[in-house]
Amino acid sequence: MTTLLLSLPVALPLLAALLAVAASRQAAGLAMATGFLVLGLSVWLAFEVAAAGPITIALGGWEAPLGIVLRADGLGAGFLVVSAMVMAVVLVAAQPSFEDQGQESRAGFAFWPLALLLFAGLNTAFLSRDLFNLFVALELLTLSAIALVAIEGKAGSVTAALRYMVFALLGSVLFLLGAALAYAAHATLDIGLLAQVELGWPMAAALALMTMGLAIKTALFPFHAWLPPAHAGAPAPASAMLSALVPKASFVILLRLWFDLAPELASPLLLAVLGGLGAVAVIHGSLLAIGQDRLKLIIAYSTVAQLGYLFLVFPLAGGAGGAQPWSAGAWTAASFHAFAHMLAKAAMFLAAGLFLRAVGHDRLEGLRGLARAMPIACFAFGLSAISLMGLPLSGGFTAKYLLLTSAFASGQWGWGLVLVAGGLLAAIYLFRPLNLMFSKEGAAASLTPVPRWEQVLPLLLALAAVLLGLFSAGPFAFLQIGRPGAAAEGLLP
Amino acid sequence: MTAVLPVLILATSLVPALLIFWLPERAWRARAWLNLGGAAVKILLVVFLMVEVANGVTHEARLDLAPGLYLLLRVDALTLLFVSLSAFLWLMTTIYAIAYLGDGPNLSRFFGFFSLCVAATTGLALAGTLITFFIFFELLTLTTWPLVVHKEDAKSVKAGRLYLAYSLPGSAALLVAIIWLESATGPVIFAEPGDLRVLSDASLMAIFALFALGVGVKAALFPLHGWLPEAMAAPAPVSALLHAVAVVKAGAFGIVRLIYDVFGIALTAELGVGLPLALLAAFTILWGSLRALQQTEVKKRLAFSTVSQVSYIILGAALAGPYAVIGGLVHLVHQGLMKITLFFCAGLYDERAGITRIDQLDGIGRRMPMTSICFTIGAMGMIGIPPVAGFVSKFYLGLGGLQAGEPWVVGVLAASALLNAGYFLPMLYRIWFGVAPADAPQADERSLGMLVPAVATAAASLAAGLFAGAAISPLAWASLIAAGYLP
Repeated sequence: MTTLLLSLPVALPLLAALLAVAASRQAAGLAMATGFLVLGLSVWLAFEVAAAGPITIALGGWEAPLGIVLRADGLGAGFLVVSAMVMAVVLVAAQPSFEDQGQESRAGFAFWPLALLLFAGLNTAFLSRDLFNLFVALELLTLSAIALVAIEGKAGSVTAALRYMVFALLGSVLFLLGAALAYAAHATLDIGLLAQVELGWPMAAALALMTMGLAIKTALFPFHAWLPPAHAGAPAPASAMLSALVPKASFVILLRLWFDLAPELASPLLLAVLGGLGAVAVIHGSLLAIGQDRLKLIIAYSTVAQLGYLFLVFPLAGGAGGAQPWSAGAWTAASFHAFAHMLAKAAMFLAAGLFLRAVGHDRLEGLRGLARAMPIACFAFGLSAISLMGLPLSGGFTAKYLLLTSAFASGQWGWGLVLVAGGLLAAIYLFRPLNLMFSKEGAAASLTPVPRWEQVLPLLLALAAVLLGLFSAGPFAFLQIGRPGAAAEGLLP
Repeated sequence: MTAVLPVLILATSLVPALLIFWLPERAWRARAWLNLGGAAVKILLVVFLMVEVANGVTHEARLDLAPGLYLLLRVDALTLLFVSLSAFLWLMTTIYAIAYLGDGPNLSRFFGFFSLCVAATTGLALAGTLITFFIFFELLTLTTWPLVVHKEDAKSVKAGRLYLAYSLPGSAALLVAIIWLESATGPVIFAEPGDLRVLSDASLMAIFALFALGVGVKAALFPLHGWLPEAMAAPAPVSALLHAVAVVKAGAFGIVRLIYDVFGIALTAELGVGLPLALLAAFTILWGSLRALQQTEVKKRLAFSTVSQVSYIILGAALAGPYAVIGGLVHLVHQGLMKITLFFCAGLYDERAGITRIDQLDGIGRRMPMTSICFTIGAMGMIGIPPVAGFVSKFYLGLGGLQAGEPWVVGVLAASALLNAGYFLPMLYRIWFGVAPADAPQADERSLGMLVPAVATAAASLAAGLFAGAAISPLAWASLIAAGYLP
């Protein structure tokens, strides 16, 4: 049973992607069914993990280092569930945009298989423990993501997709080089086995290469230039997947590499560099977001900033310690932040897509007076903004609170100030669209109506982001299942 | 000890709010029933809890968020002082708002956020830990913003922007203060004060200052008061609620919690941070009154009067002597009753006679007698003329100043009373003795829904002063609270 539970989230979307190409008429329904099926399976798997601890399976009975091993711990299963939630809702929301275009158009035909391939790539990345499998997962993920950016064939988005591809390929090459180096030195690619052996400089070099490759794929400053045009240029449901889900896969792998595989190879310099680049991303991304006058670009630059917060986990992990009960606070907070961002950012892009459809363009001016015309979508936008700003009660707040406490308790004030400043900057760039929604003067007279049920979809995701903050004790405990020791002790001895 | 009641009392405002959002615009009746029903149940619960607390029974509810981070709702005497005020005024304001807004646009959104705002205030009063206080404090900011911009015109949108521009940095300062403190001491629980001495004096002073800054924005403490007069662009019931219960009171309440439940009187005195705060409050009292004197619009003058009056509470809390504490706490209630009366009346003048400027008030007393009587009671209370409630607060504050060895307080109170008289008496003169110009617009009082709340709150301000010696008066309750804090 557990074998199926672990392998189906990987296998089902792959299978569905093949079927969606073959029976393209049924593709949309197939994709939605897959979304909900995988969501159900992930929740089931999460319950199993909660009951019995981390679950490891070897496909076909071949143990590592020979066979393919999948492992679901709190971290992996948690990401699996949240991303399946986002995916299920996004696939429903994509229905109207891609169904209308008909099977004959490229977008209407290609969207569903690509989305399903992306889904398979994500799930593989969350469950795999093998560097080569992770590489394959990342490739699947990135290639389908690039194709989704270019799916409408508009000149701007094709350019954005090409730029994305250049960065992504560079990232892949670096990651593959690192994996090859690791294999050459230790004759295995399994993270669990590698963690048990004495690691020397070849592994340090391999980790450096892989970290750089993953940082590029996670759009860490200064490798973020590809992200905003790509995420803003894609159709809204695709943007939701790209911004909310795709960068999380490479981040989870980064967490695994440093916290599970080789915490002993970390150095103060590494922590300072990763944390520092994250901090610059928070400030730089937010400032750029403030300067945008198109809604989707604001949201995309916000992703650059929000991904920056994740990298603060490296210097802050193990920060509190001592008398505090939240010793794994920063490590858990990074996952909380990622979850909250997945839910809130997907909600925001879906809402932006509805605004765009109603108004006909996504310049900020078009948002005037929408609070009256599309109250539910605006409410969803507002709720997700609360989570992104890290205001209570929301998943974003819990994450920010835990990170701040780690920063202050360990005397690393600087990171704490970055967190506070980032929240205020987010308030500035998110307030501009919200403010316009509530300004009725100069509002456009005619809008394309958007059905109520479509507005409810982003609201569901935004509510989930808020509820993550209210009911965070369960997820917090869940993430501790199979948690690496370094999560509590920090990366430096 | 039960967990049901604190959650229930929060739910009386929260549940109606969540339901109202989904009601269609035309469901006036359902909205009214949900709101009034919630408010009525809440009042009953408050009365029951008052008996419980007076008998020494504790009620608390707890929700864990993460290790070391939990929401704690706890009913104590100070909680009830604030909750009872907000429950009574919520009921009154809801009746008023239903009549005031009539069949205007976006009513479900308005009443939804209106109830949410009251829920946030209730949660803030119930908060048993510092972080719970912060969470509801932020929720209050977020839920009042849609109310401020309700009219969606340029002026209210600007007011909303200003409100957030002051509030959000304030909250950031507050959060830093809280986490700085908690990262050294662990979670700060009001009922079980921890030892803050693990931090150095300098750190504690900085934390106190950051905290005062954070809540001072809401309490409109000088120089953080700029947003309040602008927020007058909101509909009259919102101004009434903002000025009497929700926002500014949340700030003042925060200061009381800070001094009495986080730092404690002893440590506050030892650090010497009480006096600077008292001086700042005294300055705000005078500054607000001076600015009120310069205003020509009714609502603006009332707004600056709030800036001044709320600082009485902070002054009392900061002086920390027995009488001063009582004076400050009781003013939390008294100012609420009197100020909401004044705002109800200002709304009536505006709606029924088109009066927004002070020079239009001439002779309105004869045409709108009930409104004008209520306005007069509120204004006399603000000046501190007995037997209206304001007199009691000021009397205790003055005594408290002397008792704390700060005789200048009496001077500040006297000067402020003179200034208050200076800006309220000319209004009263115009109302009662002015001669209405021949072309004055039509004026009447034919809006029972607006008049009844004004009369009720005016009567309550009068009763709170007349029967201050009774066992269930706000004064008696404030004395009970003060007795719990003083050595």
